[in-house]
Amino acid sequence: MAKTYDAGVKEYRETYWMPDYTPKETDILACFKVTPQDGVPREEVAAAVAAESSTGTWTTVWTDLLTDLDYYKGRAYAIEDVPGDDTCFYAFIAYPIDLFEEGSVVNIMTSLVGNVFGFKALRALRLEDIRFPIAYVMTCNGPPQGIQMERDILNKYGRPLLGCTIKPKLGLSAKNYGRACYEGLRGGLDFTKDDENVNSQPFMRWRARFDFVMEAIQKAEAETGERKGHYLNVTAPTSDEMMRRAEYAKEIGAPIIMHDYITGGWSANTQLAQWCQNNGMLLHIHRAMHAVLDRNPHHGIHFRVLTKILRLSGGDHLHSGTVVGKLEGDRDATLGWIDIMRDSYIKEDRSRGIFFDQDWGAMPGVLPVASGGIHVWHMPALVNIFGDDSVLQFGGGTLGHPWGNAAGAAANRVAVEACVEARNMGRELEKEGKEILTAAAKHNPELAAAMETWKEIKFEFDTVDKLDVSHK
Amino acid sequence: MQDYQSSLSDPSSRKFETFSYLPPFTAEQTRKQIEYIVSKGWNPGIEHTEPENAGGHYWYMWKLPMFGETDVDAILKEVEACHTAHPKNHVRLLGFDNFAQSAGAAMVIYRGETV
Repeated sequence: MAKTYDAGVKEYRETYWMPDYTPKETDILACFKVTPQDGVPREEVAAAVAAESSTGTWTTVWTDLLTDLDYYKGRAYAIEDVPGDDTCFYAFIAYPIDLFEEGSVVNIMTSLVGNVFGFKALRALRLEDIRFPIAYVMTCNGPPQGIQMERDILNKYGRPLLGCTIKPKLGLSAKNYGRACYEGLRGGLDFTKDDENVNSQPFMRWRARFDFVMEAIQKAEAETGERKGHYLNVTAPTSDEMMRRAEYAKEIGAPIIMHDYITGGWSANTQLAQWCQNNGMLLHIHRAMHAVLDRNPHHGIHFRVLTKILRLSGGDHLHSGTVVGKLEGDRDATLGWIDIMRDSYIKEDRSRGIFFDQDWGAMPGVLPVASGGIHVWHMPALVNIFGDDSVLQFGGGTLGHPWGNAAGAAANRVAVEACVEARNMGRELEKEGKEILTAAAKHNPELAAAMETWKEIKFEFDTVDKLDVSHK
Repeated sequence: MQDYQSSLSDPSSRKFETFSYLPPFTAEQTRKQIEYIVSKGWNPGIEHTEPENAGGHYWYMWKLPMFGETDVDAILKEVEACHTAHPKNHVRLLGFDNFAQSAGAAMVIYRGETV
């Protein structure tokens, strides 16, 4: 029977709270951590989140009756306690797939983390996880090449890849910068990397940097007989300019370029990733600004969501945190989003903060990049935590070697190979790390010097954003 | 401080990817790595090349990959047979992971004279 128009404000839960709803396989599911204002019932707040992130507005409007809102609305279908924290609760919301444009993480996030985050009935709101149905995944382009293609392009098998971010991050001339790249690559690194701050400043314009770095790559390849790359950062003020830099990188034969996907924007990122796929280029992704969104346990967007967004938008590498270095990252949670980057099917696992099963189908995986405050002494733990399908990136831990960064690179390369050899033999890396590295250093003075330089450094601050399960 | 020894004119600067920054493996070390390939369920395969042609993706296959072979001695015997037939070439052993559609392991076991 047709509905009649009844103007005025209705309680959200009358329309958007549906505890009996069984989500469809094609629904997009979201889990929010909701901190309500005092005195507002949970069901009403959960329904409000569903409404404000889908079809609802604050009052009934006559045009609601021109469509089938019961079909298009988001549905709050479950509420759960947050372990160890009674200021907030989890709200689970299902959205019909038709609400979102195909292949557009931009469109999805505009709805899911749009107006609703400023909604007055909430004190704070955090998007904890999204389940993307395989039907939606199939509309996205995904990583340009993927892990297996990257290994084949670069001829690197059976070990983690090694990188180094060039320091100081700002102020070097293009020629001096290329020197730092060359030294790292000839010493045994697979990659060097532009720091995210490096775009095209007056002290080093992008084109001069690209030219000098390419010479460094070519000479290091001829010298070592191995394939090398440098993440040329094409992040730019406009996407036209970004594409101009990407085209030039391809023209001079660079194998890999780089983009900052949050500050640069998801629209630009998706465009660049599609171009990389069509032009045989690898794409390294930096994540500047992520901690603004993901560090507060009560408000923002969890990094596992940002990880899924990147895999859909497209990138071959993504920074994941190191667990052991200078930057924030709980171990179990990090392992959770590393699986989200690499695996084709990830089971719900609350002990690692994963709220939904996620099926990626045939979409290629992304290599996690461990970077920030790590050095040779961390190598056994890193190889154990990350396994072979990863990029381990030592900036200060390469360039800070007392004999320079060719020696620093060689030290890291010897260390990673010694750890892989030991792991393959069945040795326990985190227990026997010291013996493994000490034995390898006997044949390699560069490693011995690195171990001497960094043995005392540790970063042991408590993690701010812990998994909710660990609050118990 | 020590100078880093590497140059275009010194052929000993050329490397061979995984494990080539470690000293050449003893027979026992090689055996352990082959055991690892077998334990992962990967298919061993042998490839070789003249050192001057080592840069490309395709080296010469030595016979076909040894699908389903789990006997470490049998694998070692084939590596040696390849080396005997091509004593001047680089000889590498791969572990093909058919699920990843990529090599899970690759190591040069006999290093020819680099150029």
